Amino acid sequence: MTFEELEQIAAETRENREKSPRELNVCVAAGCLSLHSDAVKKSLEEEVKRTGATCRVRGTGCMGLCSLGPLVASEPSGQLYKSVAAADAAEIVKNLEGAPVPRLLCSREQPFFQRQNLIVLENSGRIDPEKIEEYIAADGYRALVHALTEVNPNEIVQEVSKSGLRGRGGAGYPTGLKWGTVSKTAGTTKYVICNADEGDPGAFMDRSVLESDPHRVLEGMAIAAYAVGATRGYIYVRAEYPLAVKRFGTAIREARRLGFLGSQICNTKFNFDMEVRIGGGAFVCGEETALIASIEGRRGAPRPRPPYPAQAGLWDMPTLINNVETFANIPSIVRRGGDWYASIGTKKSKGTKVFALTGKVRNVGLIEVPMGTTLRQIIYEIGGGGPEGHKFKAVQTGGPSGGCIPEQFLDLSVDYESLRELGSIMGSGGMIVMDDSACMVNVAHYFMEFCMSESCGKCIPCRSGTAQMFELLTRMTLGTATARDLELLEELCDMVSSTSLCGLGQSAPNPVLSTLRYFRDEYIEHINEKRCRAGVCECGSTVGVTA
Amino acid sequence: MNPAPSVKTLMIDGKDVSARADQSILDAARENAIPIPTLCHLDGLSEAGACRLCLVELKGTPRLQPACVTLVEEGMEVTTQSPRLEKYRRMVVELLFAERNHVCSVCVSNNMCELQDMAKQLGVTHVRFPYRYPRLPVDTTHERFTMDHNRCILCTRCVRVCTEIEGAHTWGVFGRGVDAHLITDLDIPWGTSDTCTSCGKCVQVCPTGALFEKSKVGMQSQKNPDFLNYLNEMREIER
Amino acid sequence: MPLTSKKPPLPSEDKRWRIVNGTMRRHGYARDALIETLHTVQESFGFLDKVALRFVADSLRVPLSQAYGVATFYHFFTMKPPGEHVCLICMGTACYIKGAGALLNEAQAALGIQAGETTADAKASLMTARCIGSCSVAPAVVFDGETMGNVAGKNLREKLAGWRPA
Ligand SMILES: Cc1cc2nc3c(=O)[nH]c(=O)nc-3n(C[C@H](O)[C@H](O)[C@H](O)COP(=O)(O)O)c2cc1C
Ligand code: SF4
Ligand code: SF4
Ligand code: SF4
Ligand code: FES
Ligand code: FES
Ligand code: FES
Repeated sequence: MTFEELEQIAAETRENREKSPRELNVCVAAGCLSLHSDAVKKSLEEEVKRTGATCRVRGTGCMGLCSLGPLVASEPSGQLYKSVAAADAAEIVKNLEGAPVPRLLCSREQPFFQRQNLIVLENSGRIDPEKIEEYIAADGYRALVHALTEVNPNEIVQEVSKSGLRGRGGAGYPTGLKWGTVSKTAGTTKYVICNADEGDPGAFMDRSVLESDPHRVLEGMAIAAYAVGATRGYIYVRAEYPLAVKRFGTAIREARRLGFLGSQICNTKFNFDMEVRIGGGAFVCGEETALIASIEGRRGAPRPRPPYPAQAGLWDMPTLINNVETFANIPSIVRRGGDWYASIGTKKSKGTKVFALTGKVRNVGLIEVPMGTTLRQIIYEIGGGGPEGHKFKAVQTGGPSGGCIPEQFLDLSVDYESLRELGSIMGSGGMIVMDDSACMVNVAHYFMEFCMSESCGKCIPCRSGTAQMFELLTRMTLGTATARDLELLEELCDMVSSTSLCGLGQSAPNPVLSTLRYFRDEYIEHINEKRCRAGVCECGSTVGVTA
Repeated sequence: MNPAPSVKTLMIDGKDVSARADQSILDAARENAIPIPTLCHLDGLSEAGACRLCLVELKGTPRLQPACVTLVEEGMEVTTQSPRLEKYRRMVVELLFAERNHVCSVCVSNNMCELQDMAKQLGVTHVRFPYRYPRLPVDTTHERFTMDHNRCILCTRCVRVCTEIEGAHTWGVFGRGVDAHLITDLDIPWGTSDTCTSCGKCVQVCPTGALFEKSKVGMQSQKNPDFLNYLNEMREIER
Repeated sequence: MPLTSKKPPLPSEDKRWRIVNGTMRRHGYARDALIETLHTVQESFGFLDKVALRFVADSLRVPLSQAYGVATFYHFFTMKPPGEHVCLICMGTACYIKGAGALLNEAQAALGIQAGETTADAKASLMTARCIGSCSVAPAVVFDGETMGNVAGKNLREKLAGWRPA
């Protein structure tokens, strides 16, 4: 594949679309699918056929405002329709030329769309994720061809370093630095792994990227492989995401067909191919050493690091492991340069971040904003604030490894360091808004149950410590706890985070610590007054009853 | 032979020591008679890094590091005893006692148990955490040995010796988290396993009263895991 | 344990074993194909049993204890045959905050079983999941493989009632 050939495919695809520019794009990503967008698509197709209208009906990826799905975009007018039902097909097709259907109209002028800055999601909802030609027509694979034919691996690593990109899987380790280590480590075979385990319950960024624009991730992985000298790749996707598995499988086949995977890619000496591995419902397998054990067909128990995977990873070979979103940023960085990327974001956190905004906000969905955007902008401008009649209480980031941030910090900029200072973490991008209907002790209890049942059981502090903390929190929610239990809980938080083997145990106390830090009153109420102000816990009803 | 690995000098508890580059902090400390508590480590087996008793402080790193798997480095400054470390170690032991059912006075391993010794050594006199009292089985189907899940601390020494030394792969771990427990083959009664060679190595390496010889119940019999070093040395010589 | 690389015979005439064998062949009978193969077994049979585990373990030369350890470590695998219908309630954070706990209680009451169980007449199984990635339409429930968003107690009761005609 050369630039000329690439350009030819792009031109042909664009030409075809321009020949009959009218199209109806139906979101067939997970959110809309669970609101039956497949039926909407089918009924639009039938209607177009029946009326003989000249219009293409396409399935596309996520358009962002998933809570108002199924979403349908009418092109070239750019009209966006929300909450479309199969029965609306006739009306939509009838009005293809004329005025839009006001009843279904969803404005693109609202802050939800205007406030965003799309890099990772630039093609989401705009291209058909199952057609490689559409990705190519959107400048896809240019970065790979450029990398392979015009620059050497080292220059790629430098470009990525220059971009300031940090890992989007949670910890924020500088991506360029990691690539440099793998490229410098000697090994007969090297591997690239894409971490698509997305274990944070309440986050669906990676799922959406894989379902909406899989080639972007594939291209990023291929560029990474070239940069670090790897010849084989794996993408580890959780079993709960069958559609993502299917779409990525299609993407691999398509990429092989056009020679972006295989041997002598783009007539160079570079060989690279990859396969999909499916997880088995274990949160801990998102941890890199556990993930590697899982690919090797073993129990997903983490092992002590060092050695880091970059030194000794899959089958003890140097292995680069990055998150889906990290890889998805790469094509843009290579195409537009590290300096361009570094111009977005804050001093230490560059670029954009995709968040899955859920919970008690009006606009639930997938958003991409520059690092440094404030929580208030995200929740109130983009998210449209909470539903009527309830008061904002906290926003949870980082899932079971993160924490709850209260109202007084909403003006803080979202970046790796600020969130950590607040006792939470960036995490992979789950952002769950809670209002006064949530009880913070109950939330801590919920996350502790999660960590307890997701602990691999290898090391004692996490295995047994999470079970003890869960028991103590259960007492609080039942109103049977004493002040002494709170003391023990705090002692355990310190011990488990300081002594556990892997990140799961080390961060398991975070939800407790952050709620204790900002909502200690609620704990005290549960203990002293047997009272839950949100009315979630049943502690009142058990007063006087001994456990 | 590989070329001799280089020698590193480091400081452990204020004492200058030297060690080969491929040695762990634990090895180096023990060679210099500096004790570090361990439970999952056993000379001759691969390391699990699971019990976290051997955690030590390293100057310049905020995270505690397990001495059993951390290799020595030039200029390292290691602290093996501190109020913080001792507190955590006591809590590890407390968590173990609360996790399953340990009643030392009626246990076959009373006075010969590494967990009990550890508790004494660390001064754990009582357990502050709620006992979980799980209901666990005792497998008496093997003609010579017994497995009492009530006393198991999941150190996986038995799994490792069975896999790495005997090569029988009889023992495995079922499930995960606090529900994890040991199994033989496809979770069948030990006595019906056809992979088990009845070598008894697992019994010898078990630090607690979980695995024991039926014939020795009630007798004062120390377990003897030292055979491992002998076996490994003999293998090296044959190579 | 087979000492040679001779493959064990298929456990029965059942054609599904050939599908399972196909997965292993595609991976060259490498040990790391264990989890992939168990996925195929579960897709084909609905669950894993000891016959299947022994067959896969022997074919891939994986120790039995390890195969069992793997099968029980990953909660996606089930060792019990599922009911005719499966109701899977997402208990991920987004769904929890939007009332998934109440849905679970309703479902347990309606079916008379706890999460993870199957009704005595084998009609229905009740499962929970940790986020199925449909958080934007929380709470989400999967009825027989089909995801439904914004589920209310009423939807759930209707659906379940349809499975168990009184
Ligand atoms: C318990 C645990 C779960 C994790 N889950 C994920 C995950 O679901 N996705 C992910 O990309 N990284 C996850 N990580 C982080 C990975 O270990 C690893 O740091 C990451 O994949 C590296 O990629 P990055 O540098 O691109 O962020 C998890 C870490 C821990 C400790
Ligand atoms: S911290 Fe938890 S998950 Fe991590 S190794 Fe220890 S037991 Fe396993
Ligand atoms: S195994 Fe050790 S600690 Fe447990 S009851 Fe027996 S002697 Fe006591
Ligand atoms: S049986 Fe003994 S050796 Fe095996 S894991 Fe339990 S305590 Fe350790
Ligand atoms: S899934 Fe359709 S808009 Fe997000
Ligand atoms: S001896 Fe080091 S962790 Fe157990
Ligand atoms: S939390 Fe239920 S689908 Fe994500």
